[in-house]
Amino acid sequence: MAKFEEGLRYSESHEYIRVEGEYGFVGISDYAQHALGNVVYVDMPEVDDEVTAGEEFGAVESVKAASDLISPVSGTVVEVNEALEDKPELLNEDAFANWIIKVQLSDKSELENLMDAKAYEAFCAE
Amino acid sequence: MNRTLYGNLIFELSKKGRKGYSLPQDYDRTHTTAELPAALRRKEAARLPECDELTVVRHYTNLSHNNFGVNDGFYPLGSCTMKYNPVINEDIAGMKAFAGLHPLQPAVTCQGALEVYYNLQESLAELAGLKEFTLNPCAGAHGELTGLMVIRSYHESRKDAARTKVLIPDSAHGTNPASAAVCGLEVVEVKSLADGTVDVEHLRELLSEMGSEVAGMMMTNPNTLGIFEPRVLEITEMVHKAGGLMYYDGANLNALLGECRPGDMGFDVMHINLHKTFSTPHGGGGPGSGPVGVREGLEQFLPTPRVKKVVVNYDIPEDGPTEWEGFIVDWGTDSSLGSVGNFFGNFGVMLKAYTYILSLGNENIKQVGPLATLNANYIKERLKGDYLLPIKGLCKHEVVFDGLADKSTGVTTMDVAKRLLDYGYHAPTIYFPLLFHESLMIEPTENESKETIDAFIDVMHKIAEEAKTDPELVKTAPHNTPIGRVDDVLAAKQPVTTYWKMLGNE
Repeated sequence: MAKFEEGLRYSESHEYIRVEGEYGFVGISDYAQHALGNVVYVDMPEVDDEVTAGEEFGAVESVKAASDLISPVSGTVVEVNEALEDKPELLNEDAFANWIIKVQLSDKSELENLMDAKAYEAFCAE
Repeated sequence: MNRTLYGNLIFELSKKGRKGYSLPQDYDRTHTTAELPAALRRKEAARLPECDELTVVRHYTNLSHNNFGVNDGFYPLGSCTMKYNPVINEDIAGMKAFAGLHPLQPAVTCQGALEVYYNLQESLAELAGLKEFTLNPCAGAHGELTGLMVIRSYHESRKDAARTKVLIPDSAHGTNPASAAVCGLEVVEVKSLADGTVDVEHLRELLSEMGSEVAGMMMTNPNTLGIFEPRVLEITEMVHKAGGLMYYDGANLNALLGECRPGDMGFDVMHINLHKTFSTPHGGGGPGSGPVGVREGLEQFLPTPRVKKVVVNYDIPEDGPTEWEGFIVDWGTDSSLGSVGNFFGNFGVMLKAYTYILSLGNENIKQVGPLATLNANYIKERLKGDYLLPIKGLCKHEVVFDGLADKSTGVTTMDVAKRLLDYGYHAPTIYFPLLFHESLMIEPTENESKETIDAFIDVMHKIAEEAKTDPELVKTAPHNTPIGRVDDVLAAKQPVTTYWKMLGNE
């Protein structure tokens, strides 16, 4: 069964964001990694790239499908999780511990548009 | 095939210096590689296997026994229309009079071939309800790109080039967004409703938000779930009102063949996969062909060359006025988007498709869609207990299940597909469309007899039973194929694509 971690914000396209101060750590939810199956490749942006809420910033490829990564927030990429380049399976092992990009948020009010764990769990059950 | 005897790679059979030919000792070397500029010469020998002819022939003959095609057995690969390729198609396409033609020979010397080419254009236009067709594109996605280029040319000709957005339903084939991207257009996804059809309200929102930027919308109908879009007329009208054109992806045309026409639904541009709907070889065997049709008013943008029918009037002094009716090649007009490939496209494939159309004739071609639909619905009704049917009601030519109904066994769609191989069937399409987690998409085509379909259904029931009684058996399948379960993850992460790499070299 998929886990839904409390304290994170979730999008309908199954990304999560963990906010720490002016930064957010963006990854895919545990539900998403379950649905994708074995992840074999993560296509990530570069540091200093701009991301926009609702727009694609990369892709996750599994043996089943390739899925775009949609940014839940707008801002600047300050770090990418380089460990995923060699070990994309980390997303399957623990999707919440292994974020994909760290973003400096440009508009914190965008977080209001995202779901909390409870709402997201209900969304996935639909 | 005996794997112990014949299961080696051709490289493993190689013996240094062994050859399949012999040349005279004193033959006249008129040219040698020494004449080539040094920069173009190899620094080291190519790493090719060295074998005698018999070894090579045995090797590939044995490998060919592992092939599985429509001629071997039931091949219900959804979204692909793997229909039978009648033998007469090959006979006609293999005729020397056709096969020996050169694309640059004068039109007057190949009037028969041009007539077939022209007639196929006309037949497809009639079946599609559109004005004119180009047969030049070499496959489905090539047709999509060509069709989108027509749409771009249309907007540019009206000085409305700011239209760069293409609306594509989230259930679409991946080729749709890919073709739009290659054409320099931006993809905007239209949501689906729970029943898998286009969310018309979402489309309305998108059009009111960005209508003046919309170049057009791409649709597959029936969609990738095999469901006919009930509001297609409303959709085409809405997009037209916003100034966009409607593109019909012909992937699923088989369901409608002889029943209804994309042109009548309001589509402006479409492609047809001859290798799906018109019984020409599909898959590795190809090559394909993706003719593109357009409604009246768009034909001037079609790629060149175009084959046209003309009537020429002569006035010969002794004979008086004479009329000549024939076919010419139009190599270019200013409005055309230009060439999209090599000459006329894959002519051999067109011969096969035209043979198929003539073999069926007007009456029989009308049965294709209804029989394909009947077969898919028969499978749907008989399997919907053991397999989860997410969308109830009638489907068209294909049916999508969301894996086994009983999820407690842990047996996945992948496992079911692998187990089918053990029973001598080609697997259905799996994990597409992406709307469900365990998609299993079955398209039987109209060719199959009730006995074949019943036997397949029995095996599907048997696998569902095995999933409960002996799940390990299914999870570790296939057991009866030359190669067992392959490691997909390892293959995707560390692909070994050459023998040289297999030996551990970089």
